[in-house]
Amino acid sequence: MSNQGFFIQAFIYLLAAVLSVPIAKRLGLGSVLGYLLAGVIIGPFGLRFVGQEGEDVMHFAEFGVVMMLFLVGLELQPTLLWRLRMPILGLGGLQVGVTALVAAGIGLLAGLSWQMSLAVGLILAMSSTAIVLQTLNEKGLMKTDAGQASFSVLLFQDIAVIPILALLPLLAIRKSSPVSLASNQLIFVAAETTKHASLPAWQQALLVLGTVGGIIIGGRFLTRPIFRFIAVTRQREVFTAMALLLVIGIAIAMQNIGLSPALGTFVAGVVLAENEYRHELESDIDPFKGLLLGLFFISVGASINFNLLIQQPLLILGLVLGLAVVKFAVLFGLGRLFRMELSQNLLFAFALAQGGEFAFVLFSFALQNNVLTPAVSESLVAAVALSMMLTPLIMIFNDRVVQPRFTLAEIEQEADEIDDNENPVIIAGFGRFGQVAGRLLIANGYKVTLLEQNPAQIDLLRRFGWKVFYGDASRLDLLRAAGANQARLMIVAIDDPEKTVEVVRLVSKHFPHLKILARATDRRHAYELIRRGADVIQRETFESALELGTEALKLLGSRSYKAHRAANLFRDHDEKVLREMALLEGDETAIIARARQMSQDLAQLLQSDNRELTQDVDRAWDISALRRSP
Amino acid sequence: MANSNRVLVLFAHPALEKSWVNRHLIRAIQGLESVTVHDLYELYPSFHINVELEQELLLAHDVIVFQHPFYWYSSPALLKEWQDLVLEYGFAYGDGGTALRGKKFLSAITTGGGEKAYCRKGYNRFTIRELLVPFEQTAVLCGMEYLPPFVVQGTHQLREREQIARHVEDYRRTILALRDDTVDWSGLRQLQHLNHGLEQIILSSETMPHV
Ligand SMILES: Cc1cc2nc3c(=O)[nH]c(=O)nc-3n(C[C@H](O)[C@H](O)[C@H](O)COP(=O)(O)O)c2cc1C
Repeated sequence: MSNQGFFIQAFIYLLAAVLSVPIAKRLGLGSVLGYLLAGVIIGPFGLRFVGQEGEDVMHFAEFGVVMMLFLVGLELQPTLLWRLRMPILGLGGLQVGVTALVAAGIGLLAGLSWQMSLAVGLILAMSSTAIVLQTLNEKGLMKTDAGQASFSVLLFQDIAVIPILALLPLLAIRKSSPVSLASNQLIFVAAETTKHASLPAWQQALLVLGTVGGIIIGGRFLTRPIFRFIAVTRQREVFTAMALLLVIGIAIAMQNIGLSPALGTFVAGVVLAENEYRHELESDIDPFKGLLLGLFFISVGASINFNLLIQQPLLILGLVLGLAVVKFAVLFGLGRLFRMELSQNLLFAFALAQGGEFAFVLFSFALQNNVLTPAVSESLVAAVALSMMLTPLIMIFNDRVVQPRFTLAEIEQEADEIDDNENPVIIAGFGRFGQVAGRLLIANGYKVTLLEQNPAQIDLLRRFGWKVFYGDASRLDLLRAAGANQARLMIVAIDDPEKTVEVVRLVSKHFPHLKILARATDRRHAYELIRRGADVIQRETFESALELGTEALKLLGSRSYKAHRAANLFRDHDEKVLREMALLEGDETAIIARARQMSQDLAQLLQSDNRELTQDVDRAWDISALRRSP
Repeated sequence: MANSNRVLVLFAHPALEKSWVNRHLIRAIQGLESVTVHDLYELYPSFHINVELEQELLLAHDVIVFQHPFYWYSSPALLKEWQDLVLEYGFAYGDGGTALRGKKFLSAITTGGGEKAYCRKGYNRFTIRELLVPFEQTAVLCGMEYLPPFVVQGTHQLREREQIARHVEDYRRTILALRDDTVDWSGLRQLQHLNHGLEQIILSSETMPHV
């Protein structure tokens, strides 16, 4: 492909995405459907901007799925994964097994050979990791029971792809020379056995164990010093490069030993879930993942074969419907078996009732190995693509029609659990200031996400068992990764005044639902922060100075309670004046004007103190008036 | 509404998160028009009461309600502090202290002890009316009319939701009737506890005499 051609292609894809996704979202259809429709529109059956090469794009874009699994892994603490072992193995295993058998049975009834039926059944048992996770994420449903169950099943399927790839050639009707997947399908060439086929089985096993072990051990012990080494440079793009390097490196390694790259990066993600650089990694990888997944969905949309649909509408639509119904029925039954609540069970069954992207790879692989005939595989590929397209619509149906039937009580219960997983508070800057505020919250049972930018400080805190994450809080993507969309409070306690202002500005602009509590160095800084949208500000030295003043009053002979009240009054008054002045001031820049203003402020302040403050304290509990009056 | 009173509820509960009764009572009257709920412990956690603001509030209302749990035969400490600070000489009483004159005063309290405990022979030895005498006299000294108190008793025994719900509904009706002036005032003055005779003293709109 020439350079020019590449740019034109990129232009078309990006334009399609930029136009269709916002429209789809505005219409409440979700981004996935937007991408799919964009694909249909620019595809061979729409405007014909992309043709055959769309398939290449699809295989390239599948890497988005690998990145997505890395990100999913990052969100998943090992303990949580361990808790999910039952659903993954039980629910996932049964889903693949039962769906494959039912689908194969139907295949037999339709007159296919048992080999073909089995292959079709196994392939159709797969659901779309990309569509389901993206949709659930977008709707904020990942942490619900249904979300976790869906994720478990998808994870099992992703793992099951590998043995299925190994099994397919054995089902061949005619013997044929083993075919390896075309090189452009490199990402999912999980079972490309040719490379190491020469090795004896025990060496092969050793190689697999060694690589996976390497990922786990390397992830645990090597990444930290490396990330730290890079973090000290504060060169953002190097960190991004490092993150990409990590994901791509693992993908290559896994592919070389014949395992699924998606599985490998997922494992790496889980290993790094506890790592302090997790949020940074997340925000670095996320845009790539988003773009690639979008590209992937577009290419799926573009690949739908409408010719087939026009020629044999009944057959294709029947297949789509049959596929959805069978998958739904099996999933729903399993949900019952696993005692899922009805509303969750429905969500779970609706979400996964489609064919998946693995089906494309598996079908072409099966075709090359003479397991399936072109006629069978083509119509099934079309059906799978259409069923993927249907999923966002089904989810909308579930959202608008099915779920509202369930009582509020159920929803209220769920809310609690979400709280459990997503921290309501983010603290940026966990030094002397942030620590006191944070410890108070933690001591009272609140979960707090801590961000710090000083690697040495992170090391120290980690050694004492604090979970602190590396990251620059003035980065929007990082705040997002740290959960700013779900949190309720943002505490800005960093010691750099300029940066504090920047963070406050950013947060109040992009996360208006967050209450912002900020640390101010002095009065001037406080004005600035108030103007930028901080809800609560605390001057870092104010309270302690006030305490000291109170002690001084006492030493001068004031009774404790009077001194205490005087300080209270002083604080209230000072805060009132502070707020007023903050709103009065313009954005004067000249330093001289600033200095003059400053001394004026102070004079004004001292004057008003004189008039108002002392009087008030003296009036309370005063009975002199009583004594005077008869 | 023809006769509409503005009602100020001064609410004092130091641990609302543990409250079983008051939290429902207060919720039932929150957000009503012309009813100001003023949560003192929420506003003044360090007992630093803004006297000026409180006096302005008093001036702007016609019916003053003290709502609180009964603690040691009296109010929680902050409400006492409030009285000491806000009911100033020259404002609420004494020379020129006429700000509260003609307003109505209601105590709305909840007690752990049951009805039977509050009588000569009960273990509290005095009736609620007797124990509330400091509030009554404070109101009278400030020139306010002291209304029979609204009392929810035996809160320790109130387990069932429906039991509480009945009191909640009574309280809401009381506050609304005071606000709308749909009260048989002479009948009301005969009662020991306001909530003992709600049916008789709250007039429905049909039986309202047209004035
Ligand atoms: C410090 C304290 C003192 C109390 N004193 C009394 C009392 O003198 N007489 C009484 O009947 N109940 C007393 N109680 C019980 C409370 O009145 C009772 O728990 C409260 O009215 C329940 O209302 P709540 O659920 O809204 O908190 C006391 C409770 C506390 C915590």
